[in-house]
Amino acid sequence: MDQFIEWISQPWPWYVAGPMIGLTVPALLIVGNKTFGISSSLRHICAACVPAGIPFFTYNWKKEVWNLLFVLGVAIGGFLATNFLANPNTIVISEATQADLAALGITNFSDLMPSDLYTWESVFTAKGLLFFVFGGFLVGFGTRYAGGCTSGHAIMGISSLQWPSVVATIFFMLGGFLMTHVLMGPLMKLVGF
Amino acid sequence: MSKVLEKKPQVADPHCVAPNLREDHDRGLELLKYLIIGVVFGIVFVKAEIISWFRIQEMFRLQSFHMYGVIGSAVVTGIISVQLIKRLNVKTIHGEDIVIPDKVFRKGQVIGGFIFGLGWAITGACPGPLFAQIGSGYTVVLVTLISALAGTWVYGKFASKLPN
Repeated sequence: MDQFIEWISQPWPWYVAGPMIGLTVPALLIVGNKTFGISSSLRHICAACVPAGIPFFTYNWKKEVWNLLFVLGVAIGGFLATNFLANPNTIVISEATQADLAALGITNFSDLMPSDLYTWESVFTAKGLLFFVFGGFLVGFGTRYAGGCTSGHAIMGISSLQWPSVVATIFFMLGGFLMTHVLMGPLMKLVGF
Repeated sequence: MSKVLEKKPQVADPHCVAPNLREDHDRGLELLKYLIIGVVFGIVFVKAEIISWFRIQEMFRLQSFHMYGVIGSAVVTGIISVQLIKRLNVKTIHGEDIVIPDKVFRKGQVIGGFIFGLGWAITGACPGPLFAQIGSGYTVVLVTLISALAGTWVYGKFASKLPN
């Protein structure tokens, strides 16, 4: 048992994680005819909490409660993995990435997240405004505009061979490349890195 | 043509990408199965370090194969699974035909997709990992989640005025 815990506590390789994520697609279809998609949960929360008479949020969100339970499960899974199956060693990040990020002002590579930045103290600073408020807004606005995120388009959509999802996924990547290689440097300078 | 393809799903709203197509409603404890699938999913997210801001940076900088391997093998597993479901005419555990709605191409997939990509690189998280990060104890990500909800709401408010 101890050996099992030790083995399971190591970071899982892509060829274990990827197929497990892929199996979520048939699992949701088979247990209840549900189409895999996570960003929809954000819409259901809006519809449940602040519909404000907007047609886009006026629908029977209660029928989609399964999706909210699914994301609650994701949060619980995150809690369990971090508290009971945590990797005892520090994360191994590619040296090239470490060098690139160090040039931008991120120097602590001991955690899953840049730990100097991911604190409540940084929320009300220009850095927090960029990384949490602005970034989060783009994620919420963009996914809904695109009609899905990595799960709904890249995984569910491409799994069912739908070309609009391939287009969406290409543009997810293009946006990410542009931000990483062109915009991120100046933006980080602007917020005081 | 398999039954799956013949049956046109009744989706009230084509913008909803993850509609509930089960004909009768899930009640009470039946909903727990989605929670359990979510828990497994969340554990995988953390254990494969998919929730890591650094892994997303590595991906966009093309400096590690990890995320490409994860997404690529997830897609291949998904394609095989969906093909098996269609060809073997697999039913749900409640005996219903499995229905996969068609996604209709809209300009939003280009413009919105691009905007999401910009945000993905900043936050290092798509919506799934956001929930897993919060569960992992990065409670400050609640601010990102609330901002994402605000973004979703603003999209909903102006949806009819945006090119689509």
